[in-house]
Amino acid sequence: MRALLPGTPDTASFVEQFNASNGALAGHGLPWLDSLRRSGIEQFESLGFPSTHDESWKYTGLWSLGDTKFRTVNDGDGDATVDLVPSLLPTSSGHPRIVFVNGRMRADLSRLDGLPDGATVQSLGEAMASDPDWVGAYLGRIGRGDGQSLMALNTAMMDSGTVIRVRKGVVVEQPIEVVYIAGLTDGPVAYHPRSLIVLEPNSQATVVKHHAGLGVGAYFANAVSEIDIADGATLRHYRVQSENIEATHLASVHVRVGRDATYDGFGLSVGGRLSRTEVHVRLEGQGGHCNVNGAYLMKGREHCDNTSVIEHIAPNTSSREVFKGVLNDQSRGVFQGRIVVHKGAQKTDGYQLSKALLLADGAEMDAKPELEIYADDVKCSHGATTGQLDETALFYLRTRGIPEALARNLLVQSFLAEAIDEITDADLSQAMMDRVVHWLPAHCFLSGDWTDG
Amino acid sequence: MLEIKNLHASIEGTEILKGINLSIGAGEVHAVMGPNGSGKSTLSYVIAGRDGYEVTEGEILYNGKDLTALSPEDRAGEGVFLAFQYPVEIPGVPNTTFLKEALNSIRRYRGEDELDAMEFIKFLREKTKELGVDDKMLKRAVNVGFSGGEKKRNEVLQMAVLNPKLSVLDETDSGLDIDALKIVADGVNGLRGPDRSALVITHYQRLLDYIVPDFVHVLAHGRIQRSGGKELALELEEKGYAEFAEAAE
Repeated sequence: MRALLPGTPDTASFVEQFNASNGALAGHGLPWLDSLRRSGIEQFESLGFPSTHDESWKYTGLWSLGDTKFRTVNDGDGDATVDLVPSLLPTSSGHPRIVFVNGRMRADLSRLDGLPDGATVQSLGEAMASDPDWVGAYLGRIGRGDGQSLMALNTAMMDSGTVIRVRKGVVVEQPIEVVYIAGLTDGPVAYHPRSLIVLEPNSQATVVKHHAGLGVGAYFANAVSEIDIADGATLRHYRVQSENIEATHLASVHVRVGRDATYDGFGLSVGGRLSRTEVHVRLEGQGGHCNVNGAYLMKGREHCDNTSVIEHIAPNTSSREVFKGVLNDQSRGVFQGRIVVHKGAQKTDGYQLSKALLLADGAEMDAKPELEIYADDVKCSHGATTGQLDETALFYLRTRGIPEALARNLLVQSFLAEAIDEITDADLSQAMMDRVVHWLPAHCFLSGDWTDG
Repeated sequence: MLEIKNLHASIEGTEILKGINLSIGAGEVHAVMGPNGSGKSTLSYVIAGRDGYEVTEGEILYNGKDLTALSPEDRAGEGVFLAFQYPVEIPGVPNTTFLKEALNSIRRYRGEDELDAMEFIKFLREKTKELGVDDKMLKRAVNVGFSGGEKKRNEVLQMAVLNPKLSVLDETDSGLDIDALKIVADGVNGLRGPDRSALVITHYQRLLDYIVPDFVHVLAHGRIQRSGGKELALELEEKGYAEFAEAAE
C-alpha cells in the first residue's frame, strides 16, 4: 500500500474564494440561484473535502490537491492562445462544437450553427441569461447532492459549463462535441464546470465531451453534469479525459432515465495526475436502460478512479457496465461499482464487469463491486478480475514474427476492445481506439485498419 | 536445415530434454512420436524460443545459425513456424489484421517491402482460395469462437501466408475429427517442397497416414529412443509405447 502524501486540501481557501467572487458568477442576482449557491458553500464548508476515511473515497485520497493554493480563473486565462482544438471527430464533418478554455466559453473556437430546430447548445451563463426559469427547473434537481461535498462546491462556484436542450421528438443526427481545454495559466487554477443535458420525450442526441489538458502545471477541474433523459429518449454520452500530467480531475455525472429511455455512456481516461469519475444513474421509468462503460490507461504515478452507482427504481429496467483498465509503471486504478435494485424494481437485469491489466509490478488495482438487491425477481451478475498479459498469447504472436513491443500493444488493444466495442457508434468507437493507440508506447501501427471488417 | 545436437533443456530447473540429437535435411518431413510427458511439446517450444524453456547444454543450428540466440520473432523471420497444439484466442483483433501484421513483420525482418492493405488482401484471397478457407474466418477475431477444426485450419492458413522453411506442428491432430484432419493434412502437404522441411509432433499414428513422413523418431524420457522410416509409426501403433517406458527405467 502506497503511503498517502500528507496535506489535506484547504477547505477554507475555497470558501474565501466564494465569498470574494460569488458576485461575479453566472446568474448572480437570480434569487433561486443565489440561494442554491449559498446552500452549496455551506454544505461544502461543513463537509470539507472527502478523505480516505469516507467509505466511498477509501481508495482515493486527494493528495494531488495537497496544499496547493488554487485561484479562480479570470478572463485572461480563458483567452489563452489555442492553436488546435483537440477533437475525437473528423473536423470536416462540421459537427456542432462548443469550446471552453479554462472554463471560459470561446465563441471563436465554437461552431453552433447547423443544429436542427429544437436543439440548443449554450454556455451556462447564456442559458441563465436567456431562460433562467427553465434552467432552474433542472439545475441541482437531478443530482442528489446530499453528502457530496465536491458537488456542493461545484454548485457554489459553477462558473462555466454547457447547457444542451433537445426538444420533444427531435433527433440530432450529428454528434455535439463539448471541449474543455485547461492548462496554459499563470499558476494553479481551479474551475467548476456545470453541465446540463435535457432530452425531452422521444428525442435523441450524441454528446462527445472532451477534457483536454495542455502544457504543464497543476490545475483542478471539478466538474458536475446533470442529465435528464425523458421517456423514450436516447442519449449517447461519450467522454474522454486527457488532462495534463499534473491535473486533478474530479467529475460526477448524474443521470435520470425515464420510461423506455436509454443512457449510453462511455468514458475513456488517459491522463491526469489524479482523476475520479463518478456516474450516478437512476432508472426511474419502466423499460429504462443504461450503459455505464469505460476504459482507462494509466502510467507513471497516475491514479484513476471510476465509481458508479446504478439505481434500478422502476421494474423492467436494465443496466450494463463494462470497465477495462490498463495500468503501467506505478499507476493505480480504482473501480467501485454499486448496483442498487429497489424494492419495486422487479425484472431488473444488471450486468457488471471490471477487468484490469497490470503491465508492471508497481501498478495496483482496487476493485469493489457491490450489489444491493431489495426485489426478489431480478437477474444481476458482476465480476472483477485483475491480471497480467497472457504470456502464451504473447509467445503466440511472437512466433508469427510480430516483435515483442508490437505484440504487447496488440494484446493491450485486444484487452480494451471488449470495452470499446460497447460503443455503438462505429466512428466514435474507432476514435476511442485511436486514442488508445496513441497512448501506447511505440504507437506505430494498427489504428488505420483496426476495425476493418 | 536443422541440426539439434545433444540438446538439454529445463523448465524451472527441471530437466525435460536430456540430450536430443536430430538432423532434418531440406525437403524432409520428420515425425517425433512419444507418450505423454516425454518432452514432445517442450521440444517444439525450445525450437520456437518460448520464455522459461532454458537450454542448458547442446545446440540448435538452423542453416548453420545458432537458433537459441534469437528471439521468437527473429526465428520466425528466419523461417521457423510453430503450429500450436492449442492456438490462442485474441479477442478484438481481426484475423486479417493479425495476418497482415505478422507477414509485414517478417518482410521487414528480411528487408523486403511491406504489403499495403490492397496488396495484402489480394495475396490473402489467393491463399484462402488455395486452402478452401471461408473468408468469414478472416473477419472474425483471431481464433475466438472457432471450433477445434477451424483453429487448426487457421494455423495452416498462417503457415501458408508466412511461408516458413521449417514448420513444427505440435499435436496438430489433437481434437480433430477425420474430415478436419484431412483438410489440415492437405494444407500441410500443399506446402511441402524441396527447400521446405517439417517436424510433425504427435502422439498418434493416424496423422501420419495423411502427412507421410520420411523419418520417424520415438521420444521418451527426454531422449530419442529409436529412429526409423515411416513403418516405425505403424509398429508403434500396434505395440504402443510400453517398450520405451521400460527401456528407460
